[in-house]
Amino acid sequence: MAKKKGLGYDSTSQLQLHSLMLPGTILIVLFNIIPLFGLLLAFKNYDITDGFSGVFTSAWYGFQNFKVIFSNSNFGPMLVNTLGINLIGNLIAIPVTIFFALMINEIASPRFKSFVQTITYMPHFISWVVFGGIIITMLSTDGGMLNTILMKLHIIKSGISFMAKPQYFWAIAIISNLLKELGWGTILYIAAMSGVDESLYEAADLDGASRMQKMAHITLPAIEPTIVIMVIFAVAGIMNNNFDQIYVLQNPFNLGRSEVIDTYIFKVGLQQLQFGLAAAINIFKSVLAIILLFAANKISTKLTDQGLF
Amino acid sequence: MHEVVTRHEKNFQIILAVVMVLIMIITVYPVWYSVINSLNDAQSIDRFGYSLLWMRKFSFSSWYAVLRDNQILRALGITTARTVIVTVLQTIITAMFAYGFSRPNLTGRKWYTTLGFISMYLNGGIIAYFILFVQLHIYNTFWVYILPFLFGGFYNVIIYNANFKAIPESLFESAKLDGASEYQIFFKIVVPLSKPVVSALGIFTAVAMWNDYTQTLYYTQNAKLQTLSYYALTLTKSSQAASQLGNSMNTAAANTVGAAMQKSADFRTIELATMVLAALPLIIVYPFAQKFFEKGVLLGSVKG
Repeated sequence: MAKKKGLGYDSTSQLQLHSLMLPGTILIVLFNIIPLFGLLLAFKNYDITDGFSGVFTSAWYGFQNFKVIFSNSNFGPMLVNTLGINLIGNLIAIPVTIFFALMINEIASPRFKSFVQTITYMPHFISWVVFGGIIITMLSTDGGMLNTILMKLHIIKSGISFMAKPQYFWAIAIISNLLKELGWGTILYIAAMSGVDESLYEAADLDGASRMQKMAHITLPAIEPTIVIMVIFAVAGIMNNNFDQIYVLQNPFNLGRSEVIDTYIFKVGLQQLQFGLAAAINIFKSVLAIILLFAANKISTKLTDQGLF
Repeated sequence: MHEVVTRHEKNFQIILAVVMVLIMIITVYPVWYSVINSLNDAQSIDRFGYSLLWMRKFSFSSWYAVLRDNQILRALGITTARTVIVTVLQTIITAMFAYGFSRPNLTGRKWYTTLGFISMYLNGGIIAYFILFVQLHIYNTFWVYILPFLFGGFYNVIIYNANFKAIPESLFESAKLDGASEYQIFFKIVVPLSKPVVSALGIFTAVAMWNDYTQTLYYTQNAKLQTLSYYALTLTKSSQAASQLGNSMNTAAANTVGAAMQKSADFRTIELATMVLAALPLIIVYPFAQKFFEKGVLLGSVKG
């Protein structure tokens, strides 16, 4: 038996392997498994003064936390903001990114192509604090770029304070995200495109196919699986806003259109210390995300024969 | 016929190049805008608005102020220390875990797999972490920047695992026959052979740590623990509040506020200089690291 298993099954080797995995295992248990007790809080009447053991000893609360949240008048607008920014944002960002990837793919010079990629990937790595801060400065009324240009062109007479007017917030969030992520978003599409067999294009050339025909019949089908995956992820993530972005751009004046689930959890949980409520919203969000993921996967499998699982 | 096609192609490439240059300008412009205005004289910005293309009146004074500000320097130190410590330790701990996981002779792998997938798909939420960090006495200490990040996540394990499995099995067998321990095999054979994936994932960790501000926002209160990102955020928040207060008031009051802000006109250029400082390491390292970024994502997509 021992001989059949061969080298590396002796207890010394096993001990060494498991000891290499020990620090990681301890960290997973400590920082990923133990915090799952947070899911309990949604169904408990927990108070911050109860401490750590209070998580388990505090009284059960049923669905009371959920009732409080759903009956809160802020809940509706918050849900609308979350879905609106994500839905419109993705409806714009996904096609624009695919189109940009197709354009990059058409560049004949490999050096210019990789130069374009290098430059346009860059903003992805700059933090939202910096990027959002710059956007706020550019939109400001005290000499910001957009107001300066609009006034020079005589489109507006006096400066508009874009950040303080709620009606502009969705647009600001969606466009600034597009500016930051457009280049980086193309990376998986371009990788899929570079996997296309060159001889397909050559054969199409011989048949006299136009550029558009080649894109529609060779390139797009080749990246279809990537598009499907991106759409499924976008649908599953529709309840998740980019906290880093929204929190930077948010201020008391635009709160009506800028409060989303993630920023609300932060405020209710860590600023007002209503842990049960925050945990309940978190669960609501996660359950919805899982349902959406499975639904999107099912629909996509039906429509395109492709899915995530 | 052929002549026409190539001329058509040439024209297309020219139009494409023009469009690409425009897109690149739009992408880079926000960063450029912040750089030139951080180097612009503050009074001049106050009178004529922000510069659009080039410094109207060059001044290094806001950078001078930033680089002498003790709070910013401390934030820079904390951010650098955190980035270096987490990147090094996380890479080692995660790669060690992944090495054990990748060995076909590992016993009890299904336990590790279960643990890994639970950690990937379930999340206790920020409240649970708050309670846990308080319990562990790392809330509002420097350790809250380090300890929770020492393991890089099971997703990275999957990527490492795929790369380690690509190493020929014969190398492991001959090393074993030579009496090498698993530690020696990992550090002397596996790590040197896996430099591309290690650097790709390591650089992502470094960027994430450098840019993170939520850990400060959620789990610290002490101003001395502020990271550079967080410090830049507080500047943005306070200047935004001041400027909107001015906008929402009537003219007379706004003038008073305006006059008060005039005094601290260079606050805005200092804010920009701080933001540029926070982005500077990335901008400098980026051209060299770009190929690793690309590799890191593609490694993940093949497997994930």
